[in-house]
Amino acid sequence: MSVTLPGLLPELEVIRKDFPILERTLADGRPLVYLDSANTSQKPQVVIDTMVDHLERHNANIARAMHQLGAEATEAYEGARDKVAAFVNAPSRNEVIFTKNATEALNLLARTIELGPGDNVVITEMEHHSNIVPWQLACERSGAELRWFGVTDDGHLDLSNADALVDEHTKVVAFTWVSNMLGTVNPVGDLSARARAVGAVSVIDASQAAPQLPVDVAATGCDFLVFTGHKTVGPTGIGVLWGREDLLNALPPFHGGGEMIETVTMQRSTYARAPHRFEAGTPPIVEAVGLGAALDYLAHIGMDAVHAHEQAITAYALEGLATVPGLSVLGPLDAAQRGGAISFELEGVHPHDVAQVLDSRGVAIRAGHHCAKPAHARFGVQSSSRMSSYLYTTPAEIDALVEALEYTRSYFKLG
Amino acid sequence: MDLDSLYQEIILDHYKNPHHKGLREPFEAEVHHVNPTCGDEVTLRVHLSEGVVQDVSYDALGCSISQAAASVMTDLVIGKPVDEAMRIHGEFLALMQGKGTVEPDEEVLEDGIAFAGVAKFPARVKCALLSWMAWKDATTRSLEASHG
Repeated sequence: MSVTLPGLLPELEVIRKDFPILERTLADGRPLVYLDSANTSQKPQVVIDTMVDHLERHNANIARAMHQLGAEATEAYEGARDKVAAFVNAPSRNEVIFTKNATEALNLLARTIELGPGDNVVITEMEHHSNIVPWQLACERSGAELRWFGVTDDGHLDLSNADALVDEHTKVVAFTWVSNMLGTVNPVGDLSARARAVGAVSVIDASQAAPQLPVDVAATGCDFLVFTGHKTVGPTGIGVLWGREDLLNALPPFHGGGEMIETVTMQRSTYARAPHRFEAGTPPIVEAVGLGAALDYLAHIGMDAVHAHEQAITAYALEGLATVPGLSVLGPLDAAQRGGAISFELEGVHPHDVAQVLDSRGVAIRAGHHCAKPAHARFGVQSSSRMSSYLYTTPAEIDALVEALEYTRSYFKLG
Repeated sequence: MDLDSLYQEIILDHYKNPHHKGLREPFEAEVHHVNPTCGDEVTLRVHLSEGVVQDVSYDALGCSISQAAASVMTDLVIGKPVDEAMRIHGEFLALMQGKGTVEPDEEVLEDGIAFAGVAKFPARVKCALLSWMAWKDATTRSLEASHG
């Protein structure tokens, strides 16, 4: 029995065949039902093949090797930068900086944006720890004040005190586009405009948005945006910082080392302009190349189509989860207002036990605090279970999740 | 994976009806331990006198394995001389770190043998050990307090 829903990717079965891992079976011969894509996405064959081909045929260090392989490797690495620039609609390729991951990109900003006593940084209560801790550290170092937007009972940002929070002393407003725990989609254009109005810079954490939504940095009006490669069907070890070119070139260097300089003497150095200014040392070359292939893959399907698929699956999942007795969803209940990560509680069963029983049925979800402890504390819970879909998720997999949750209830002998 | 080897009836019984739960007086040391990967936490107090574990009281949040482990641990150590309780702790630790190869001694571990299956689930070993580590920490502090 296969369910069809409006908005599902029409070639879903073909897309699934692009992801070899989806064909594997687990213990007891059970098929894999992978619902942990907000944690990390699976990788299509084209990404795997591109990385293998690079290592087999084009491997060399970049930007310094005076030989054919060096030229090919440099072209592949810089080509990936072009693909990222196109993916986020960046006005210039120089605005795309490769980092290790989104966390490193956020740390780069928190380390280099100048702050001092009297300044403040505004974040939100629904951030991933990676968009909280770097700013806490920056404020501790500089004497700046850390402020945050609260979250309403229905899982949206509480903007009622926005005028008081973001004021003339605000230097940075940093916020997630899509919450990794609540799924909430935030008004990033409004928040960016609010930052700009007081002369602050805006920083968007697009780690959960870039996999699922069309990203257009120009349209958001933001100053900086970060995301990670491994959630956008790319490899681990590669992330992206996009920033307005004038702002990037005004920031001091982050890491010092090779490739980030203009010239070095024993007394002092001068620094390259962005992007190389922020890419000290040999970068993750094959990872960047893999990310380029991944973004090509997503662009080929079309991010509007990926988004429509996610919304269809999310709506179907919210309906299915609502049939499970004792289950409550954290965050917005309207699929149109949220992303594909759905955190929930099952009364009487701890999330780790939910995940363990689901795993015995082949259903992979995440359990815990999802690196969002303050967001959990806001709702008075210590941890939750989270399912997260992606472009390869089928309605049948959601049915398998719901069936496995029913089994979990019976296993723990709940009414 | 054999779910029933993990979730023994004994574990589920202790989870539903934990022994010695709640924070009590008197105590010489109180500790708060968390499992940072999953967020499970326990606040635990130890009361020692005349070299004997007089009471272990706790407040804990977490999964069935961590909650049941706390309950079983209090059964095993309350009323025991501290050095004997430490030996039981060592035995339980060896069982948990044995990757399923250690045969538990029911004479020593009593209901604790139900956790033998947990050792085969590496992600859950820390759940079973959380309250034991808290107990060891609190006991060490209690001893230091009484000697200091």
